Amino acid sequence: MLANQIGYYSLVIGVLFSFFVCAASIKDFNSSNKRISQNVLALSFMQLTFVVVSFLSLILSFIKSDFSNETVFNNSHTTKPLFYKISGTWGNHEGSLLLWLLVLTLFIFVFLVKSRKQPKKYRILTLLIQQIIIIGFFLFVLITSNPFNYLFPIPNEGLGLNPILQDPILAIHPPILYLGYVGSSIIFSASLAAITQNYVSKEWGQHIKKWVLVSWIFLSIGIMLGSIWAYYELGWGGFWFWDPVENVSLMPWLTLTALLHCILVLEKRGVLKSWVVILSITTFTLSMCGTFLVRSGILNSVHTFANDPSRGIFILIFLFVLIFLSLGIFFLSHKEKNEDFYNFFWLSKETSILVNNWFMMYFLSVILIGTVYPIFLDVVTAEKISVGPPFYHKLIAPFLAPFLIFMAFAIKLKWIKSKIENRYSLIILFLTSLFLTFLIIKNLSTDLLFYTVLISAAFFLFFTTLKELFIQKLKNIPQTVAHFGFSLLMLSILFNSILSSEIITNIKIGERYNYNKSQIFFEKIEEKKGSNFNSIIGYFKITNENGKIIQLKPEIRIYNQPKIITSEADIKTTFLEDKFLVMNIVKGNEYFNIRYQTKPFMFWIWISVLLLSTGGLISVLKKNYEK
Amino acid sequence: MKNKIRLFFLVIFLSFCFIIFLKGLDNSNIYTPRISEQKKLPIFQAKSFNSDIYIKSEKIFEKNSFYIVNIWASWCIPCRREHPLLMKLSKNKSVKLIGLNYKDNINNAKKFINELGNPYFQILIDKYGTLAVEFGAYGVPETFLINQDKIIVKKFVGPINQQIIDEIKLIIK
Repeated sequence: MLANQIGYYSLVIGVLFSFFVCAASIKDFNSSNKRISQNVLALSFMQLTFVVVSFLSLILSFIKSDFSNETVFNNSHTTKPLFYKISGTWGNHEGSLLLWLLVLTLFIFVFLVKSRKQPKKYRILTLLIQQIIIIGFFLFVLITSNPFNYLFPIPNEGLGLNPILQDPILAIHPPILYLGYVGSSIIFSASLAAITQNYVSKEWGQHIKKWVLVSWIFLSIGIMLGSIWAYYELGWGGFWFWDPVENVSLMPWLTLTALLHCILVLEKRGVLKSWVVILSITTFTLSMCGTFLVRSGILNSVHTFANDPSRGIFILIFLFVLIFLSLGIFFLSHKEKNEDFYNFFWLSKETSILVNNWFMMYFLSVILIGTVYPIFLDVVTAEKISVGPPFYHKLIAPFLAPFLIFMAFAIKLKWIKSKIENRYSLIILFLTSLFLTFLIIKNLSTDLLFYTVLISAAFFLFFTTLKELFIQKLKNIPQTVAHFGFSLLMLSILFNSILSSEIITNIKIGERYNYNKSQIFFEKIEEKKGSNFNSIIGYFKITNENGKIIQLKPEIRIYNQPKIITSEADIKTTFLEDKFLVMNIVKGNEYFNIRYQTKPFMFWIWISVLLLSTGGLISVLKKNYEK
Repeated sequence: MKNKIRLFFLVIFLSFCFIIFLKGLDNSNIYTPRISEQKKLPIFQAKSFNSDIYIKSEKIFEKNSFYIVNIWASWCIPCRREHPLLMKLSKNKSVKLIGLNYKDNINNAKKFINELGNPYFQILIDKYGTLAVEFGAYGVPETFLINQDKIIVKKFVGPINQQIIDEIKLIIK
């Protein structure tokens, strides 16, 4: 009760502080003082404090199961474990927006503290632009999605959190992803501020690089966590479905990756300024666009919390205000200077990064079209189409092989002017990759030519980066680790897609199902009681070709609040292969529907994303970029 | 100058996007199939089960006859259960059964029909489940009764049973 009041009024005070911050910084902007006045910092800190208080009081309401709060009532239940009561705070529309607001205010404060050496006017402008975003979100929360709505009479029991969201990974997936998204808002504000101050320079590049890296790391890990969750919880047995919701998180990742590379050129050579600014704007716009698409109900997904159209309209208008604002600032301040007409030597790191940009832009446009076109078509012609994996595979795969080969060459290039060294060893590596690939996949009944080209390209990158790792010692380690991670990711994904197998069948207790020398034996079922669900556990024994027996215990959970049945897959993970079994009840029948999959190299997909992020992390921790 | 032209086109394009999204919000895509009773039969074309040709819906549904559209799949267990009832119903001369094979593997589907018999006058393939959305189906199995004026008069969610058969018979009498 009290927590509810405190939370609400903290939010209101928080929005007031936004205006104070704006007023103080405008006043400070033209003062002769060389440093930002302490007032601005203090006000920004107060704003952060009030948002923290508001967020904590929402958590408290969830912990105490205070059902006089509408958000708690809608998304919690007394029997829920404490951990999920807490994670339920951001497992709903209102709470997740409050979390977004928390990260926004936290990041701008950290930015102010961390950017002491930067010019004052630039810092103040960044703060102002960021405050516009913050005020937008404050109003959004207070007007359309207040997390502290009061209910009377107070219900005795809540409606419960959607069981598929009751999961340890999903408890941390949103905060991590938000750190990535919101980090991109800082980059957005900073680059707009920098362009008006004509400060897009080497120094600025050095300073903003840390933010780009940090957002990129969080975004990568956030996407991976979502993917792991979908893999074991949704029971589809895949890790990427080209679902619109996944796509909207991948798009900012692509632009952020391109931006990361451009920043290096900016930092080193002081060029590609327009690229950097445009990519910064696009990254944040795409993040917001993602929020709009998944939250407004325009796309159907598990992330669709908002079913109130006024919310969709609010985000949409806010999104376009930001886009037009940034475009206005960009075109007003942007002057085409000579330095933008770069003249790079064709064989140099700069050129290769430009080529990389264009590849990224291509992948981005494919995904953007695949995601948005169905909406356009539906509105214009009322025709419903669904764009599935084949579309993306057909358009992306042919460009992947040249991309990978190009990358293998590019990582060895030097700045300004370079030549390809050790040609023979490269040729040998390439031939080895080709031969190895051929040996591996010649016995498989897949599209031979297509996969040979793709996999050997991935192998080629793998070997060249591996060699770099050994010969380079500690020089330029972040780059090599990240690219090595990427090659491993590609290899794992490719092998996973051609070597996976799947059995779907209906089976009853005590029955055996035989298929090519292997057998699935359904031993028994057992019933168990969890704290807020009952579960049926199936005991399966699977004998493979070599006579090896493994036991898998998939589960069907029947949650009490809300009444939902979920299937929990049982996955046996080893270094080389995942064995994945999920079962479903067949209504009114003694049969169970089971799906048994073997998925090679799943483990390596997650490991390689971690490696990729580690590359970024090393770069953040390292003081200077390579000489 | 060049910049202004760029800006102009960008603004036009973005405004277009804005309008599209705004419109898109109205017809929300959370696929809650509409309640489709008393609705006109959708016009569509679909691949035939036994050959590779596409058939237009006008060609299948003629006037002056009752039709039943049954959405089924070989992987759907309740479909297996309702199948004998459909077989029985197919003997009734005043109604024609149209099967809509939903998100299925064609070989499994053929096995299913060979094993349990074919009650359908015509089977259409709905490989991606989009046709079922047109009909306003929630899943499989689902059965629609269509009258002489090509209007969906009744919709049955889930497997049909004797009671439903009796209801259908009453209507088509």
